[in-house]
Amino acid sequence: MSRGVIGNNGMRVKDVLQNYVFLLPALILFATFYIYPVYKVFELSLFEYDGISPHKYFVGMGNFADVMCNKIWWTSMWNAAYITILALVFQNALALVLALIVDKDLKGGKFYRVVFYLPPVLSGIVIGLIWNWIYDGNYGLLNHWLSTLGLGNLARSWLADPKTAITCVAIIHMWRGFGWGFIILLAGLQNIPRELYEAARMDGASGLDIFRRVTVPLMIPVFILVAVLTVLGTMQIYDLIVSTTGGGPGYHTEVPITRILAAMIGSSRFGYACALGLVFGVVLLVASMSQLRLSRHLKQT
Amino acid sequence: MIKFKMNRYVTHKRLKGFLMHLVLVSVAVTCIFPLVWMFSSSLKTQDTVFSDMSIFVNNPKWGNYCEAWTKGRFGTYFFNSILYTTSVVAGVVFFASLAAFAFARLNFPGKNLLFYMFLITMMIPIPGSFIALYVLLSKLNLINTRLGYILPQINAGLALAIYLLKTFFEEIPKDLEDSAKIDGCGKFGVYWHIAMPLAKPAIAVIVVFNAMAVWNEYLLAMLILSSKSLMPLQRGLMVFQGAHITRYPLLMAGITITVIPIVIVYLLMQRHIITGITAGAVKG
Amino acid sequence: MRVSLIIFVTFSFLTLGLLGCGGDIERNADVLVWHWMTDREDAFQELADRYNKETGIKVSFELYAPSDAYTQKVRASAQTTTLPDIYGLLAEKRDFAAFVKAGHIADLTGYMKDKNGRWESVFFKKALEVNLFLPDNQWGVEPGIYGVPIDVTNIQMLYNKTLFKKAGLDPEDPPDNWEEFLEAIRALNEAGIPGLVSGWGEIWMIDCFASNYAMNIMGKDKVIATIRGEVPYTDPDWIRLFGLFKEMADEEVLAPGVVTMVNKTAEQTFANGRAAFAFNGSWCVNVYKGMNPNLDYAAILPPRASAKNPMIIWGGAGGSFLVNENSKKKEMAVNFLKWLTAKPQQVFLAEETSNLPSNKHSLVNIPPILRQFADDMDKTTHPDVLPVNEYSQVIEFFNKGIQSIIIGEETPEDIAKKVQEIKERRLAWTKRREKMRREAR
Repeated sequence: MSRGVIGNNGMRVKDVLQNYVFLLPALILFATFYIYPVYKVFELSLFEYDGISPHKYFVGMGNFADVMCNKIWWTSMWNAAYITILALVFQNALALVLALIVDKDLKGGKFYRVVFYLPPVLSGIVIGLIWNWIYDGNYGLLNHWLSTLGLGNLARSWLADPKTAITCVAIIHMWRGFGWGFIILLAGLQNIPRELYEAARMDGASGLDIFRRVTVPLMIPVFILVAVLTVLGTMQIYDLIVSTTGGGPGYHTEVPITRILAAMIGSSRFGYACALGLVFGVVLLVASMSQLRLSRHLKQT
Repeated sequence: MIKFKMNRYVTHKRLKGFLMHLVLVSVAVTCIFPLVWMFSSSLKTQDTVFSDMSIFVNNPKWGNYCEAWTKGRFGTYFFNSILYTTSVVAGVVFFASLAAFAFARLNFPGKNLLFYMFLITMMIPIPGSFIALYVLLSKLNLINTRLGYILPQINAGLALAIYLLKTFFEEIPKDLEDSAKIDGCGKFGVYWHIAMPLAKPAIAVIVVFNAMAVWNEYLLAMLILSSKSLMPLQRGLMVFQGAHITRYPLLMAGITITVIPIVIVYLLMQRHIITGITAGAVKG
Repeated sequence: MRVSLIIFVTFSFLTLGLLGCGGDIERNADVLVWHWMTDREDAFQELADRYNKETGIKVSFELYAPSDAYTQKVRASAQTTTLPDIYGLLAEKRDFAAFVKAGHIADLTGYMKDKNGRWESVFFKKALEVNLFLPDNQWGVEPGIYGVPIDVTNIQMLYNKTLFKKAGLDPEDPPDNWEEFLEAIRALNEAGIPGLVSGWGEIWMIDCFASNYAMNIMGKDKVIATIRGEVPYTDPDWIRLFGLFKEMADEEVLAPGVVTMVNKTAEQTFANGRAAFAFNGSWCVNVYKGMNPNLDYAAILPPRASAKNPMIIWGGAGGSFLVNENSKKKEMAVNFLKWLTAKPQQVFLAEETSNLPSNKHSLVNIPPILRQFADDMDKTTHPDVLPVNEYSQVIEFFNKGIQSIIIGEETPEDIAKKVQEIKERRLAWTKRREKMRREAR
């Protein structure tokens, strides 16, 4: 860890102060725009408050107790976790495969580099319209294709069927999101010195060996970064839900953010919504911290 | 015999190449199709946009673009969005790289604690903090100002950028830094002349991500800004999506117009993601 | 070198941009209005210009959308008392009451009743009712009129005449009761035509449909008694209501996928002749005109499921404007609203936006189907007109439960039981909190 640290021994005061100057702008912004709102959210989570009236009532941990025994909330959490698991596996696998292919000097590599980043650029409105058309129960493309293939009995209203709704939403989400992982992974792959590959090839290593022994160890920090971003991005899925299922049918595609907004705006339980937000934040924090831990562990071995 | 083997090797390689391209092409098609659909919809009329699903439009209504531009007041909003995007991106890159450099290459008390604090901001996004943010900005007299819209967004982009840049800065070999110091570079010199150029791919990624986030942002804009004259581009698109009536062709024309600049930013940046670090530079 | 240049340029850009900051429009305006009604923006802009020409007073309309963002903005501004002179509110009556009690909304009763109630008399009675607080209301708000409706709406059943003919039905004799409705559906399904389409992925649309039939099956008083907690949701009448949805699912009344469909998709489906019936609001006339000008359709009241009580449909004010109690220009704001709801302006608004005007004397030049919606304004009710409000958690579970019934996951009896459980839990919760509040004082 101490590799490349300036002035490890005998730090002078002036030196240290200089070092803090590097941090100063970021620190000021952080202190103003993060600490205060979070403190406010924490404070309000202890009150019963409608977000409008000048009065609020202290309820202590009451809101948190309500959160803990709210089954719908934990269902929404599980729904988001389900999409996250799918995304961690399939979305990132796709991103990695594509990044590995494009990383080689391939004909048309530049073209693919550009094209794969298009889905994240697209507006959510367009994505909603197109996928609603694909999944539609009556005139949908998917049902049309299935019946041409002679699988007409599988046809259904994909987004209205509780068995398929959430997976269908997850597929849209993964399709939309793989471009992010793709460019981060590609940047990481490009960072690996080509000589290392050549040296390994000289030693007679096969493609798979090179991948295992050269690429993977060097890419671990990047993998973890992509994994953390996938978890954070997917757990907070929101606009896609609104434009496809609205959380239905029933509660089958409800996710944490839709629940928090329902509490805050729908039923005007502001303090309760703050409590939900905090619980959600802590879950995300634990999830990402354990991933970072894992990365440190992997780096050492 | 050898020739045969060579042939098999070649066919094998060709087959592999073919399969690879098949995967790439099929993924590429799914990525391009929505764009093509959006573009062709933007040339239709309200009554043909969903009844006529063809991609090639018979009687293209190029006038939709003109109408979208004027109705959506894109002139003003475009200027605002470019201003916000460049300011936020410049702010994020500059502030985050300074902090990341300190975390990666400098020593000071409380380093780990501070670093984790930044990371946590990335991990606990609190939807409920919107109103608290509003109250804070109004205390600072920043409601309905450009600065009030820019600063929170810089803050939002910092954590990821710091983390990404820190991993890049840590990989810089010590000898490179030492030789720069012998040439008379101070800390800032090392940061500016050695670290920043080597972190180009990461910076390119940060630019792409933040530019897109800011370009597509509108919830914060609606909250903080009140005057039309300060609103970003996404405000223009709202005009076409009524509570009940959505004017799809105009909306699609508007979205097409707004997507172009962000694609251009990506086109410019993706070169740096690729050619950023050559092997020689790292070896030093 | 190039990099420093880029950075230099961006930073000078930044400083330049920041120097030229500030919302100039707002400072020059005499009266500032905030609203979320995207499709009315152009018309409002035009009216503001006309008002300026007539009186020299500058009114500035600022639009914020989508509605969730608007709601957050209004609430945040209420916190810092920076609301504009006039604004719209998207909220249930309970939140409306909280705004009044927090001193953000002016009581307009005086202005309305002035000169023998000249202003009050121009409105549809139903349109004013949503803005009215009755004596002894459950929220403890001073009775009075607190808002000015600018247009009205209601939700009815629409049917496609062309598809009726195709299925061998008489397009001039639409179904009047539930049995006839199911018969028509059977004939349509036989001809391969899907029945009813509506945006039931948005739970408020389900709520409207269910509320219509609740009023029809058990009458208004029993609905109110249920909300008060005096009648349980497990009452046979409520189970009968839930049963209607099961029947609709069993008889394949509903087009595939309605339980997650947004209303805009439902509108496309009906406009393109892919469903015979639609359950939709008066705004649809404009929507269908845009999507398919040749659509041959008509509006009817939803077919009655019971002969006992009349069909009372969901409807009332579409959008209302409120005056900020803290505004320094209250008089000016009220005068503008009086002008805005006068006949010439209302006729203009109705023509431009194809919404029904709130001024009942302004029904000129409106399309025949919209006329039908206007004629039925007297048969409407709205949750905000009732003296009591159901808990939003109960409403949500009620409607999501109906989605589950339609997809066959739950039975009407189960949902009735679960809704009642939630209701009881909310009642107990409220009691607990009230006790806590009393102790806190």
